[in-house]
Amino acid sequence: MSVWWLIFGMAVVTYLPRLFPLFVVKDIPMPGWVKRWLQYVPYAALGALIFPGIMTVDQSNPLIGVMVGILVAMAAWFTRNLVLLVVLGIVLMIIFQS
Amino acid sequence: MNEVRAGIRLGIPIAIGYMPIAVTFGVLGKQTGLSPFEATGMSALVFAGASQFIALSLVQAGVSYAEIILATFILNLRHLLMSTSLAGFLSYQRWQSPFLSFGITDETFVVATLAEDRLSASKFLGLIFTAYSGWVLGTLLGSLFASFIPEILANAMGIALYAMFIGLLIPSIKKSYRAGVVAGLSALIAWILYVSFPGISYGWIIVLATLAAASLGIWLEEEVA
Repeated sequence: MSVWWLIFGMAVVTYLPRLFPLFVVKDIPMPGWVKRWLQYVPYAALGALIFPGIMTVDQSNPLIGVMVGILVAMAAWFTRNLVLLVVLGIVLMIIFQS
Repeated sequence: MNEVRAGIRLGIPIAIGYMPIAVTFGVLGKQTGLSPFEATGMSALVFAGASQFIALSLVQAGVSYAEIILATFILNLRHLLMSTSLAGFLSYQRWQSPFLSFGITDETFVVATLAEDRLSASKFLGLIFTAYSGWVLGTLLGSLFASFIPEILANAMGIALYAMFIGLLIPSIKKSYRAGVVAGLSALIAWILYVSFPGISYGWIIVLATLAAASLGIWLEEEVA
């Protein structure tokens, strides 16, 4: 069977959960606590996206990712420029890995 | 138009972060027997990194397509949560949702909700355009030319998305300490799950930790105030 069946199937089941809430939630009145709860979701997602994943950036030493992360966090205190922070992270990784 | 352009700029750190991952996907796709057209097609139509990698390994293992599609569905159910939350952060019309929702990923979601106060539909469109281009283009290049990014740089670029996440987190903490508490709790819960259940997928870790930490956030608001 052509691999395109797999690709289309994956595309559909990935798209629907993305579409459904954005399409439906619009204009549905929600209780205040649900709204506040949803406001917290990005921060909560951020925490789980950073850790423990950052420990896997260097396969051999989990501490390298954590150390670079801390240094980037310190820099982020002074700048909100994400591109700059990303470049800084990459440069620090090269330094720490060599 | 200016809004779209601003959105395109907003997506640049995501594209930088996606690039090496997408190249790797293209290379692995080739090794799994996908043509450059098929691998790029998967990136262009599915646009969901983790599930695409898992699909490759399952194809290699000879798992049936139906089962791979089911696994993809389960892994990407977390977008339900992000799409619901995004609706409250975005100014958009209902008819735009089929276009906007296609570009929801972990990364576009956190940038859209945290980088600025309230995003217009045009800006979000620009944002997902950049992220999507990075993903699709990276896959194409990887499947055509193998890993053209020097290994030392490709390894180091693994930090890119994390650096971006941290760059979003710190200003949020400066604005409200509760944001930091919620993110910290979420990371802690994610770590406990990661250590306790070695077989669990990262998609579920993110969902469970996010649900729990956002709930704790509300609870803290009411109890501690």
